[in-house]
Amino acid sequence: MKKSKVFWGLCLLAIIFYAVVQVMISGGILDMYYQSILIQMCINIMLAVSLHIIIGITGQFSIGHAGFMAVGAYFSAIATMKLGLPFPVAILIGAIVAALAGLLVGIPSLRLKGDYLAIATLGFAEIIRIIFLNVDYVGGAAGMVITNLSNWTYAFMGVFVTILVIANFTNSRHGRGCISIREDEIAADAMGINTTYYKVVAFTIGSFFAGVAGAIYAHNFFIIQPTTFGFLKSFDILIYVVLGGLGSLSGSVIAAIFLTVVSAYLSGYPEERMIIYSLVLIIVMLYRPTGLLGTKEITSLFKFGKRGGSKV
Amino acid sequence: MEWLQQLVNGISLGSIYALIALGYTMVYGIIKLINFAHGDVFMLGAFIGFYAIARWDLGFFPALIIAMLLCAIIGVIIERVAYKRLRNATRIAALITAIGVSLLIENTVIYFRGASPEAYPEVLSNKSISIFGANISSQSIMILGVTIVLMILLQFIVHKTKIGKAMRAVSHDPDAARLMGINVDNTISATFAIGSALAGAAGVIFGVYYTRIDPLMGVLPGLKAFVAAVLGGIGSIPGAMVGGLVLGVVETVVSALGYSLWRDAAAFVILILILILKPSGIFGKNTREKV
Repeated sequence: MKKSKVFWGLCLLAIIFYAVVQVMISGGILDMYYQSILIQMCINIMLAVSLHIIIGITGQFSIGHAGFMAVGAYFSAIATMKLGLPFPVAILIGAIVAALAGLLVGIPSLRLKGDYLAIATLGFAEIIRIIFLNVDYVGGAAGMVITNLSNWTYAFMGVFVTILVIANFTNSRHGRGCISIREDEIAADAMGINTTYYKVVAFTIGSFFAGVAGAIYAHNFFIIQPTTFGFLKSFDILIYVVLGGLGSLSGSVIAAIFLTVVSAYLSGYPEERMIIYSLVLIIVMLYRPTGLLGTKEITSLFKFGKRGGSKV
Repeated sequence: MEWLQQLVNGISLGSIYALIALGYTMVYGIIKLINFAHGDVFMLGAFIGFYAIARWDLGFFPALIIAMLLCAIIGVIIERVAYKRLRNATRIAALITAIGVSLLIENTVIYFRGASPEAYPEVLSNKSISIFGANISSQSIMILGVTIVLMILLQFIVHKTKIGKAMRAVSHDPDAARLMGINVDNTISATFAIGSALAGAAGVIFGVYYTRIDPLMGVLPGLKAFVAAVLGGIGSIPGAMVGGLVLGVVETVVSALGYSLWRDAAAFVILILILILKPSGIFGKNTREKV
């Protein structure tokens, strides 16, 4: 009973936040620059949270997340630009195709562990990118021109649904199964948990929301190119999850927000930005390998002596 | 005899991959870390060789030796500063640190000299030699010769010297090696030094052979060399050599068949097939997981 109160309270808070920003946008207080940073922030949160379910919850080390984002971006772009479908349908198509790609990649590669899995996902992401590079239907290396359809409402809805689904998944029976795999796969197997099934489920859900993020990303800029979705993008997403704390949903959200703002301010100095990024990454790993929040959630910081409730 | 020529091209490319893959496989064999920064040590080697040849007017061999020495030092610094603290950390933390070091090296180089590519000066005379109707450049024979000499040297170090014995002992069981009085830290540093020196040599050879270097050149060859190491069986030195050569030949054949844009995909398809079908690689040993 108490849990659901917290849940609805946070939902309400999210909707109020959305309304305030929407009023500020229609009132002209937030100009195009801030709007685009806000949308970028939402995209990064979605990517971070969707990778969080794979790495943070299930403990499967995937460094090819940009590949699924690329699938979502390209298939939603095909849906709007070539087939003339409405944008929400296109997002759904992009997400479903990305989820299918995740399923296809996940079934063979999730038999692997640790480093091998990381390299295999990296390889799959590169293969996906090279396929898009070589298909002339989507523009090849020159990229695909897309009309701008993303706005704050779509981006916010995307984040809201992503966090809602993944937070509830984590607290469900399936989520606990995934966490047990992260803690000790052999023990989880011995307790009768179908580890392969849960790993594939987590991977597919993660890919689905990476697809949503990709769809909104594709329609936010006027062009998408295969080079955007290289492994540097995957590393970017990885950095959000790792810095926020492996296993902490709110941590990855906070890291995504913080790093989006930082990189927006440092966008005039790309080299310095990357040097700072990499130094921060190394220093955090050396001195605080669990990331900023560890496996804790921000909500649990306010409740001493109790387990953290559900979050939105 | 175009096929013979393609084969020689493939072997030249493959020997570069093999040199990089040796460093990967040795480091992985000894501390179970995928050293993502290895491809960037290769890049640094190419740049050190470039400056040695273009600025100081040195010949190919002095440049090669300088690049190898400096890369060995860089490798040891990377190991001492970044990886040493992570011996007992989780695999994910180590891997992410390696990615961080890789990004740091790339962007520091870009910061100091810009991202523009550099044209390698011609240091080796490039004559065509006709063998069985195939035109083979004297450069590729030279490169092949250097690679073979380095590999023989490596085999000698690993199998005939005291430090090589220590390296094999540590990769087999670090705790037992420490009990036997082997200085594990120094042995790991030596492994990094040797691996990085080979990567530096590969960088100079790559520069001479392909004549174009840039600060991000290490990323893709680095990944492909890792594929070569996995293909040969990670941790196995002959495996890395064979894996590198096979990968180079496969890539050249894919290009020669007219699918040059798919060349990069070929390496990753090989990787995934080998990981799914035989994760221990060609020369790898099957290890059983202990609970």
